[in-house]
Amino acid sequence: MVYENVDGVKIGLEIHVQLNKLNTKLFCGCSTDYHNDEPNTHVCPVCLGLPGALPVLNKRAVEFAMKVGLALNCDIVGQTQFHRKNYYYPDLPKGFQTTQYDFPIASHGKVIIDGEDGERIVRITRAHMEEDPGKLMHIGSIEKSKGTLINYNRSGMALIEIVSEPDMRSPKEARRFLDKLRSILEYLDVFNGDLEGAMRVDANISVMGGERVEVKNISSHKGVEKAALYEIMRQKNFVRRGGKVVLETRHFDEQRGVTLSMRSKEEEHDYRYFPEPDLVPMRVADRVPEVIKTLPELPDAKRERFTSQYGMADMHAKALTSEIKVANFYEQVANLVDPRSAAVWVADILKGELNYRDVSVDAFKVEDIVEIIELVTGNKITERSGVEIIRTILDNGGTPAAIVKEKGLIKVEEDIVTKAVTEVLEENPEALQDYLGGKEKSLNFLVGQVMKKTAGRSDAKTTREMLLDRISKLPPK
Amino acid sequence: MITKEEVEHVGWLARIEIHESEAQAYAEKLNAVLDYFSQLDEVDTENVAPTYHVADIVNVFREDVVRPSMPQEEVLANTGKKQEGNFLAPRIM
Ligand SMILES: [Zn+2]
Repeated sequence: MVYENVDGVKIGLEIHVQLNKLNTKLFCGCSTDYHNDEPNTHVCPVCLGLPGALPVLNKRAVEFAMKVGLALNCDIVGQTQFHRKNYYYPDLPKGFQTTQYDFPIASHGKVIIDGEDGERIVRITRAHMEEDPGKLMHIGSIEKSKGTLINYNRSGMALIEIVSEPDMRSPKEARRFLDKLRSILEYLDVFNGDLEGAMRVDANISVMGGERVEVKNISSHKGVEKAALYEIMRQKNFVRRGGKVVLETRHFDEQRGVTLSMRSKEEEHDYRYFPEPDLVPMRVADRVPEVIKTLPELPDAKRERFTSQYGMADMHAKALTSEIKVANFYEQVANLVDPRSAAVWVADILKGELNYRDVSVDAFKVEDIVEIIELVTGNKITERSGVEIIRTILDNGGTPAAIVKEKGLIKVEEDIVTKAVTEVLEENPEALQDYLGGKEKSLNFLVGQVMKKTAGRSDAKTTREMLLDRISKLPPK
Repeated sequence: MITKEEVEHVGWLARIEIHESEAQAYAEKLNAVLDYFSQLDEVDTENVAPTYHVADIVNVFREDVVRPSMPQEEVLANTGKKQEGNFLAPRIM
């Protein structure tokens, strides 16, 4: 089936990603671990823009940026340098942002996503390095605000800005792209998406060949999908009423789910870029082979390996590889139990329960899911009990063994043995008659049949007792 | 040629207030500087790579090792207004 895209929707994204797995900021030794700390406690003369302070580039930030570029199938630039992007805003203590301009560190890449009608390629225009501004907080509501508080802890954090071509044809494809991007960045171990402000997105959206509208500063994947849905509807209605969409910048109000026009001043784009004289150029081309060697197995490759190595369905492989944490969790489980059962339990059941509660796989122990899978595949508890144990652990804690005991799930086991005894007696009337006729050996045969049926869950002695008990209660013929 | 309006515009970008009376004088002075620099246009740079940096060195890096930041009081020492450890700026839209 081919996706028609009747409204001619085109979405391109600009994503600001914080390289927050670095220890320090881009140009100074201030720690990046500021999220739980007091405002303005992770700043120094460099990131505060004090006169005379000199920036020195973080070597590992360059490696991280190269990794990102390579993972997005980009070309890495031979030589590049930083520029000053000049504008006055209080979140920028120096009066300019240090960024890359004419030579981004990476360009001409692509990412493959699950599109509306199968695989879809989203082209990456460029990815460049820059520093994050500080954070502004308005006192009270925007309308009645008495002032703005500025915290420079974020100022100078290393960012990589990734710009895509307008290759997404629906809000869903935009969201899929962001999910895939996050997945790749977390595989690379350069980024922790759980931290506040780790990824901010600007979306360029157009319909039916009209001008594009830029929706700025959306902070979640869901937000991008919602903003795009709203914006497409708004532009379509506008055109239907005879309007003509013009180039403009809008702001997304996450709470109301609408986009609002921002009065854009013409000089907003008058950035007067010029080369940053305080930083020397960097030549990175010859380091590419070295960095390629450090690239981990990425989501697409892992998905393929999971299907071939563990013999699981592609659907399961996809679900298990979208998050590196889940993929690693799965492989630990697959080392201990049957990999296919593990795939079903982790991808279909555990992941569903985790998503439902919006918690990470860190909330579950490998040994617990292994124990549950063993209990189920060993026929000791039902599948439904297995799910119940997972839910109980997530909601109230505890161990599988304790929960089995406490909830009397083990009773199910006795029920199964009881059921097996009934079945064996029904299926083997001759052996039963032989025993009743005095052939002791026939009882051993019946015991064996029950144990076979229950996969050895009940020991010989108990089974024998249960059988004798049942036989004694049989109605006389 | 730089016009009076351009001087006012650049003044606004730099958040520097320039009175109308001054704008004309600045325009003349800036034009004189630009005229002087226009001599550089006479040099043939056809096969010369642009100079991004005057020092002939590349790849100056620092290791990713944390160094102490400044104490909060020191960070805020030069600001006129502060609140709960933040710089306090006028209301910004
Ligand atoms: Zn700093």
